[in-house]
Amino acid sequence: MEFLEARLENGLTIVAECNPDAHSTALAFCVNTGSRDESKEISGASHFLEHMVFKGTETCAVEEVNYRFDKLGADYNAWTDKEHTVYYAVALPEYQDDIIHLWAELMRPALREEDFQTEKQVIIEEIRMYEDQPPFGADEQCEQAYYGGHPLANRVLGTAESIERLQVEAMREYFQRRYSPENMILAAAGRVDFDSLVRTAQQGCGHWERFQVERLTKEVVSLQGSQLIQRPAASQQYVIQLGNAPNMEHPLRYAVHLLVTLLGDSSGSRLYWELLHPGLAEQASTHYYEYADAGLIMTWLCCDPECTEDNVKVISEEYQRASANGFTLEELSRAKTKVNSRLVLAGERPHNRMIGIGLDWIRQQKYRSIRDDIAAFDAVSLDDISEVMRQFPLQDTYSVTVGPLDDLAWPTAPGSSQRADVAEG
Amino acid sequence: MPIYQHIYENGFTLVAEPMQSLESVAFAFLVPLGSAYDSASRAGLANVVCEMTLRGCGERDSRQFVMDLEGLGVESGESVSVSHTCFRGAMLSTHLADVLPIYRDVLLHARFPEDELEAGRQVAVQELRAVDDDLSQKVMMELRRGHYPEPWGQSHQGDIDGLMGITMEDVCSQYAGGYRPNGTILGVAGQFDWDQLKDLVGELFGEWQMSSWEEPAAGMLKVHHAHLACESNQTHIAVAYPSAPYSHEDYFQAWGSVGVLSGGSSSRLFMEVREKRGLCYSVAATSRSLKHCGSVFCHAGTRADRAQETLDVMLAEIVRLAAGIEADELDRLKARMKSSLIMAQESSMARAAAIAKDWYYLNRVRTLEEIGQLVDALTPESINAYLKKCPPKQFSVVTLGLEALEVSVGVS
Repeated sequence: MEFLEARLENGLTIVAECNPDAHSTALAFCVNTGSRDESKEISGASHFLEHMVFKGTETCAVEEVNYRFDKLGADYNAWTDKEHTVYYAVALPEYQDDIIHLWAELMRPALREEDFQTEKQVIIEEIRMYEDQPPFGADEQCEQAYYGGHPLANRVLGTAESIERLQVEAMREYFQRRYSPENMILAAAGRVDFDSLVRTAQQGCGHWERFQVERLTKEVVSLQGSQLIQRPAASQQYVIQLGNAPNMEHPLRYAVHLLVTLLGDSSGSRLYWELLHPGLAEQASTHYYEYADAGLIMTWLCCDPECTEDNVKVISEEYQRASANGFTLEELSRAKTKVNSRLVLAGERPHNRMIGIGLDWIRQQKYRSIRDDIAAFDAVSLDDISEVMRQFPLQDTYSVTVGPLDDLAWPTAPGSSQRADVAEG
Repeated sequence: MPIYQHIYENGFTLVAEPMQSLESVAFAFLVPLGSAYDSASRAGLANVVCEMTLRGCGERDSRQFVMDLEGLGVESGESVSVSHTCFRGAMLSTHLADVLPIYRDVLLHARFPEDELEAGRQVAVQELRAVDDDLSQKVMMELRRGHYPEPWGQSHQGDIDGLMGITMEDVCSQYAGGYRPNGTILGVAGQFDWDQLKDLVGELFGEWQMSSWEEPAAGMLKVHHAHLACESNQTHIAVAYPSAPYSHEDYFQAWGSVGVLSGGSSSRLFMEVREKRGLCYSVAATSRSLKHCGSVFCHAGTRADRAQETLDVMLAEIVRLAAGIEADELDRLKARMKSSLIMAQESSMARAAAIAKDWYYLNRVRTLEEIGQLVDALTPESINAYLKKCPPKQFSVVTLGLEALEVSVGVS
């Protein structure tokens, strides 16, 4: 396994983890742009633009794009989140150059009005699809409330209304402002011919004009509170709780990954034994999300509406117990084994490594091998875990529940409770 | 790479594929007890039995069981299909010899603690309730229920009456009869030593007593039309029609035709339904197989006022297959298949399950090389001959949403 890096004159960085034993080559253009970089007027533009990239260039229509990718036998797609837009393809090594040529062309899309109007309908269907799925938009509602006016509150998909309103000129302007080569990287993993990769990238991307791109970062002033959204037709009750956590540059970030594993992994965690194993909840889990200027611990619960109040109380008590008493060395050791084993298993697929090295580089301009990550997890102590909970109290959350319930008492502190604000579902 | 195989005297079958470039090894036990074995009054029993096997086995209580697997870094999971209960896991190859004995206890020596039955039942009840909120799963469940012959359309989630009626006696008797070596297939893929593996599996499972239980009888596919009323944003459309089963000599011809319909974004459904008309976000068709009959299942979700057009375009594209496919469509499909066969060598978990399923359907395992040859041998002429002989027809259609739709074409 060898890590290689190069930079074109226009600022496009190329990073690759080369594994001569791999069967496939995974390639991605990662753009450092997402919903947090949108104004209210263009909410959803990053994700909509990601769809429009597949509609082709001035010289290549959508049918030809699809034909070319399929002819190469590529497994290709793209995704958008709050901070990134990633376009990837996994293919046989012999097609490395063809894939790069194709993606490089598409990274300068035509953004035609007619395609824009057709795809608008697809995006609205995607939004409507998610509105029908648990948690029925409650996650976005919770983020908006938690983040207040911070850009991380912006919805990745936008809303049906914002997409309906969006004009193609606004998208073109957004593209011109964000898709600078210095704001993008080309990441590769698996069986990579690096010299050829750089050469092909130079041919396909070397002429892109460089311009400066900025991202507004600011401290999150998170809110605490709760909301209840009634949805009588739902069968289950869903709860989302968001709390503050270290950002992606914080030295305790590895400790947070282990903390959420200890608290709310799908098996063997505190919430597993208290809620899942006894059959009190269908899902109960804790997750960690890292951003440039913020971190987030999310707690997720799906259960029978009647059990919800008790289950939320159990979560609160478990978090209090963890904060007060910490964990045992044996628990920490098992969590490390679990996390490290997942790293190794996932790392066997070039697709996963491409995402890993691509995001590490675009976030921090750093390469971390799987062995580096394992060493970092192994170095985490029980004191580090306790320090996370001291600096970022687990109890300080914003909570939203959605489901048939018309009332829910949220635990605030041992022995007291608080009723939720009721919002329209 | 060779595929190793060994059938022990009690019928337990081990199939294994070495993948030398990996550090990991994965396993998948296919135990021949699925939801098709559930009686009407105990719908969901196989799922509860599976859940209960994890609540203590051999010397371990449920907590020790989870801790032992975690200590060995095993990524594990279980699922119940209509034909099987599958226990699977992946880990660093050095731990395989410590992990398989744990699963011997799951399959042969589950403890079934009486005081955990309620908890096990509640896990299954929660899973059943969650389906109510998952509309695409709900519409596909109804399609399978009506399209497949009984009991092959039964969902593993069962129903609330069935789950509430389950007793510990039901669990024990289903386990005693259904969890059996004759019919159990263990697939292993990744890094291992075959001789050691064969001996170890023999030591662990060779003494397992056979059972007289047999798979429920096959039956004939049905044509099923239904509408599930639901105040949803989107209308869900699910279509199924008969096709060649996995074991049939025409399977790859049928598979090729489905690939033209829905393999990749240059495929007909994606181009006509999404790209040209913007009717929906996702539309797909896939081949599914029971042992004796195959089907193609299609799904799309769109808003009510465009649902009729979506269904019409989907059915028109399916029916148009009978007019034949083009050479360039097949070329693209072959390119995609070639890649996916090679990339399959990067996932021990996927291969372990795939080779075990191959054995169930075929009583042998197709190597990736053999599948590659079968795909290479496809021609537009061979697929068109199949489509002429077996044009898509006898459509089952289930919709979910505000209003029922007209099924206007191709219905017999």
